Amino acid sequence: MADQDFRTCSITGLKVHLPAANLIMANAVAAVVLLLIGGLAAAGVALTRLPSVHLLPADLFYRLLTLHGLAMLIAWIIFFEMAGLYLGASVLLNARIAAPKMAWLQFILMVVGVLLIALMVLTGQADVMFTSYPPLKANPIYYLGVILFAVGALIGCFVFFGTLAKARKEGTYPHGSFPLVTFGLACAAMIAIATLLHGAAVYIPTLLWSLGLMGMDESAYRLVWWGLGHSSQQINVAAMISVWYLVGTLSVGMKPISQKLCRTAFVLYVLFINVASEHHILVDPVFSNAHKIWNTGYIMHLAVLASMIHALAVPAGIEVALRKKGYTSGLFEWLKKAPWSNPAFSAIVLSIFGFGFFGGITGVTFGSEQVNITAHNTWRITGHFHSTVVFGTTLAFMGVTYYVLPLIFRREVLGMGWAKLQPWFFGIGMMIQVTGMMLAGAYGIPRRHWDIVNFGGSPFSFAWDPTAYMWLGVFGIGALLAVLGGAIYILVTVGTILFGKKLA
Amino acid sequence: MSISVPEKVWWKPIDKEEKIWLAIALIWMVISFVWMPIYHYIGKQNPSSESYKAPREQFEQLVNGFIQKYQVKDANGTPVAMNDIPVVHPPAGGDAYLVGAGWKWKPVLELEKGKTYRIHLSSFDFQHGLSIYPLNINYMAIPGQDYVITVTPTTSGEFPILCNEFCGIGHHTMVGKLIVK
Ligand code: HEM
Ligand SMILES: [Cu+2]
Ligand SMILES: [Cu+2]
Repeated sequence: MADQDFRTCSITGLKVHLPAANLIMANAVAAVVLLLIGGLAAAGVALTRLPSVHLLPADLFYRLLTLHGLAMLIAWIIFFEMAGLYLGASVLLNARIAAPKMAWLQFILMVVGVLLIALMVLTGQADVMFTSYPPLKANPIYYLGVILFAVGALIGCFVFFGTLAKARKEGTYPHGSFPLVTFGLACAAMIAIATLLHGAAVYIPTLLWSLGLMGMDESAYRLVWWGLGHSSQQINVAAMISVWYLVGTLSVGMKPISQKLCRTAFVLYVLFINVASEHHILVDPVFSNAHKIWNTGYIMHLAVLASMIHALAVPAGIEVALRKKGYTSGLFEWLKKAPWSNPAFSAIVLSIFGFGFFGGITGVTFGSEQVNITAHNTWRITGHFHSTVVFGTTLAFMGVTYYVLPLIFRREVLGMGWAKLQPWFFGIGMMIQVTGMMLAGAYGIPRRHWDIVNFGGSPFSFAWDPTAYMWLGVFGIGALLAVLGGAIYILVTVGTILFGKKLA
Repeated sequence: MSISVPEKVWWKPIDKEEKIWLAIALIWMVISFVWMPIYHYIGKQNPSSESYKAPREQFEQLVNGFIQKYQVKDANGTPVAMNDIPVVHPPAGGDAYLVGAGWKWKPVLELEKGKTYRIHLSSFDFQHGLSIYPLNINYMAIPGQDYVITVTPTTSGEFPILCNEFCGIGHHTMVGKLIVK
């Protein structure tokens, strides 16, 4: 076994397999590039939705909105998760990555997929939003791009499990149980495999349909597409919570209060989250109420229970660790003395807060029949998922980057002063943004809509309750702050990777 | 630590605090779990469960027949339209049709307060989102499906209806009207 393939991390003492580190870096860089593209699109879209600015023409708005959804929700998040999977399997277990060539195939397929998607979207051949509801039809190459991207991600999951098996066989870690973070990521990868199979079930027929080779049932598409679209969000939840545990450990030395409880909670995600996907089609024809209630009402609560467990375990773990450091006076000294100037720590605390209070609560309520009928396709929904996947997942991923830079890229973070402010800009901005979105949505402001003032000159146009405009203004302020926070993140990471001081 | 291997035996009893939290969370979940179906019966705002396959040609005939039969006529007997969309007064307590097509909602329905109607919602082209302002009630209109929504209007007035599912470049122009007399 060639030991020159490894280096020992001077900070954590972990043995880092160099080919794995390269893969982590490649995927992380791709993720950040796509965050930049998605962020530019976000700025354009947000400035168009503000009635006082109304920046872009209609066709460009819808095109950039399609791009924003795809670049962010699909590309940024999944590339980052691939980096996370390789880190959790290889670095945390001192193991060499299994089948590095396959892992590079993962990377190449995902890059090619993204390039095809971007080409189609930017040339106006896929103005279909990321949901591509038929009979809206994109150029077949668009669906092909999605499929290649998904196959890449699937390969990444297999490399992850292969690496776990290899580590176990070679005895690179003391005994059978994986570290909690690796365990959580394994749950994410299991959900990912199930999800990607759903993806195949919907995108392969859709590709054939776009080629004119088969018919299409719009309602069936919605059902199966959301089997993919909803469950894939649970990959993000499991990965994000793993990142919470990871950063909690690196920043304050947090220990899980009970391995049994935390691991059981992760397993609940794997078992039960796939249901509840029908809260996307609660106001659809075809499916009966009994069917919808069963799917969205029953078993889903076991997945919510899992979130409730983490909602105790993560903050409690942080508190215990800080108290151990001697911050024991009063109820809250530990909170005051917490390392708030560590951007990774502040990012995950904000992420926990945002995901739990804004994302979780709105998710559970908007997913009920009676609330859903007033929320469906309004900006309440857009506000909800910016709480989960942006305020929660994206912010957590941003936070862990401040450890990935020194530990994997081996560069000292450049512009630490800005980095310290970054999570606050992004987190508080997102908090204001989602509040504005959800409250504007409560007045009926629709999502995916270019002109809520003149309705493109429609003779039936009408005026909204003035309060709705106020909430749109609030949204604008938040979006501006969040875009600023996102820009700082990109400047700091790119600056560090290119110019940061090399660590020995 | 979360990033290192746990002790060999980590399946250990959990502490009292965690048990309390788990119990609270479980009870809460059980309550929401039963409340959802219960509220379906005691609440008055459920999504409709009634729908049928509706091939476009057949459905189009039904809609055209409906408009011809019930379009409102003015004093001279000329059919009334609003911005070129026919205004239709369906029989009180009967069936009514509402279709999204070509970035328009057709027809303009004129309903009577306190009467119950079965509104058949569908689309002739893309998926559309029916959103009634300011009630903020939302339903999907899917091509090939006849979605039957039973409603009893309780307030009179004119209600703008818009589309909130992206349906192509004219999506934002898709506004219509619902009148309750
Ligand atoms: C500064 C950051 C961001 C801002 C200002 C922003 C703003 C917006 C706005 C204004 C919309 C359009 C809503 C509409 O017209 O209906 C939108 C949609 C969306 N955003 Fe973001 N966003 C940001 C970051 C993100 C991130 C990081 C993600 C994913 C990880 C994300 C995922 C989405 C998705 C999936 C949509 C829906 C697209 C659709 O309806 O097809 N956003 N965002
Ligand atoms: Cu429409
Ligand atoms: Cu539309």
